[in-house]
Amino acid sequence: MKDTSGRFSRRLDLRRGTVDMTHGSGGRAMAQLIQELFVACFDNELLRQGNDQALFEVEKGRMVMSTDGHVISPLFFPGGDIGSLAVHGTLNDVAMSGARPLYLSAGFILEEGFPLADLQRIVASMAEASRSAAVPVVTGDTKVVERGKGDGVFITTTGVGVVPEGVNISGEWARPGDVILLSGPIGNHGVAIMSSRENLEFETTIASDSSALHGLVADMVAAAPGIHCLRDPTRGGLATTLNELAQQSQVGMNLLEAEIPMDDEVVAACELLGLDPLYVANEGKLICICAPEDADELLRVMRAHPLSQRAARIGEVVADRDGFVQMETRFGGTRVVDWLAGEQLPRIC
Amino acid sequence: MKYIEEFRSKKLARTLADAISREAASNREYRLMEFCGGHTHAIFRYGVQALLPPNVVFVHGPGCPVCVLPIARIDNAIALVERHDVILCTYGDMLRVPASGRNSLLKVKAAGGDVRMVWSTLDALKIARDNPEKEVVFFAIGFETTTPPTVVAIRQAAAEGLKNFSVFCNHVLTPAAIQSILESPETRELEQVAIDGFFGPSHVSSIIGTRPYEFFAQKYQKPVVIAGFEPLDVMQSALMLIRQLNQGRAEVENEYTRVVSRDGNTKAQALVAEVLELRYSFEWRGLGRVPHSALQIKPRWSEFDAEQRFEIPASQARDVRGCECPSILRGVKKPTDCKLFGNICTPENPMGSCMVSSEGACAAYWSYGRFREPARREAAG
Repeated sequence: MKDTSGRFSRRLDLRRGTVDMTHGSGGRAMAQLIQELFVACFDNELLRQGNDQALFEVEKGRMVMSTDGHVISPLFFPGGDIGSLAVHGTLNDVAMSGARPLYLSAGFILEEGFPLADLQRIVASMAEASRSAAVPVVTGDTKVVERGKGDGVFITTTGVGVVPEGVNISGEWARPGDVILLSGPIGNHGVAIMSSRENLEFETTIASDSSALHGLVADMVAAAPGIHCLRDPTRGGLATTLNELAQQSQVGMNLLEAEIPMDDEVVAACELLGLDPLYVANEGKLICICAPEDADELLRVMRAHPLSQRAARIGEVVADRDGFVQMETRFGGTRVVDWLAGEQLPRIC
Repeated sequence: MKYIEEFRSKKLARTLADAISREAASNREYRLMEFCGGHTHAIFRYGVQALLPPNVVFVHGPGCPVCVLPIARIDNAIALVERHDVILCTYGDMLRVPASGRNSLLKVKAAGGDVRMVWSTLDALKIARDNPEKEVVFFAIGFETTTPPTVVAIRQAAAEGLKNFSVFCNHVLTPAAIQSILESPETRELEQVAIDGFFGPSHVSSIIGTRPYEFFAQKYQKPVVIAGFEPLDVMQSALMLIRQLNQGRAEVENEYTRVVSRDGNTKAQALVAEVLELRYSFEWRGLGRVPHSALQIKPRWSEFDAEQRFEIPASQARDVRGCECPSILRGVKKPTDCKLFGNICTPENPMGSCMVSSEGACAAYWSYGRFREPARREAAG
């Protein structure tokens, strides 16, 4: 990724041009795509080193690393696009350990014929997401597959981060008596995606909640370093994520449906589509499980943060060797909240 | 949402629960069959059973369109894809239903078959328009509620002159199925299935009205209450059934008056009658061959009938051994009576159709009801 500006006789046609096989061949066309599109958007010191890898100093302590592939359809949706999602998704996975994310990498698989204008829009949005999160994309890769062998663009991002001393967050630490907190209303991402699907368009103002949660996590960890579990309820929704945690910690959970925040519009859309909001994906929410004595302070901190003003206490952890998640329904009955079976909606992230 | 939340009020649920406890005689059981999967789903999702006294028992009926389709018909649909290279359009639930030889439409799709999940018949029409070089077949399933949209699609295809669109018709009829349950030997002779009354379907009845149930309420002396799909509807209807039973009445009553009338939607009925006609008999999973229980496409519209248009090999498929779906669909057994339930048959790996759709009794039991079976859990260790 050396500075090669001026080496190409004509600039990339970012208005009408399309991706072709040469853009992944390793030759000059690829160098130009990298230079005029990727480096131009992501520009940062480590990327400008121009090597096949980014070189940086390692901080003392424990590091975390996480990776996430993004294949969402459609590529652009209310509240975001595959670019911003690819940044948020991985940042959040890193942050759910309590870590401060440091760097990202990005791998692009492009389909022959994909418009360069769309690619630029996606990369610009990704760069904006990474800039506002203050976590740079420091290395990357581009491959091109023949027309019909991909679906426009797939993006894989990897992130590394550092866990503050004294923080030990893991899905296995939920204990009977712990409190379950949720950072805000659920289902917005899944419903926003659905509303913009080609065969299912419906009028709605619901936007994806896609956002980077590491700032919120930093506030929470500072207030209560002893948080037991953090996880973002993405695919499979709140229900599936709670079941994962219950299984990992070998505990049960009791939820109060009336306490789970949901937007009326999301509830209405789910009603129409026959979906259960508990199983619909989120991209900017987190579940926090903590000791009861930390719950009030954490709720206060969460509600003070712009991304989680509607944070709520939705239930408690109980002893149950079968790991059942149960819920008192708004109606006053009781039901089991099980894992998602099959697929409510494919390719949501 | 206002008009929906009104039917999910905790306070009213409590009032109704008290009334049911007061009026249900403690010295007898009230075994009430909800025919529709929609009711089954509501009962489990809202936890309705927990609000009722233990002697008021819901018996889950066969009213889940995915569950009652026999394996042979799914084999037929697979043959359409594999032998005739059609684009098969289907509602999502059908993809996972097990066919014979551990096959399913989902596996056929993964192996390269062109199977597409659609949300409405209009999506299927669009696929036909967009792929004029391919044959497009809509895999039509469901009770009287989903029949009018299929008919609309056929008429629309005719009006547009679409030559590559046809329907594999599997529409079935509710009253015939209820009658079949009441006529089954378990009910009539062995008295294995004590059913005291029925929750009548809500959406189906919006099309056919309440009149078709009058015959068997009278003949078999079983009360029927047409019930809406909201949890308060179910509870109110349970109370109405209990009152009828206490007073020795066996009438058709309508709780779902906000939608259902005695005559139903006559316009939709006329539309259906123009394109479809009764089948001599049709095989149901669990009920066997039931006379006059399904619809087929009239000869006049045969160019849109996939069964006329393609040669479909007969399937000799049988259910998985040990699978109790047939007995569960008739209300003879509960999902937890099945040896496969929860062991090798789960929503992730369904052996029988009742485990597939969220309206299926087994899937509903698995997802929402397991905690009600503590004894079984102990036994399973």
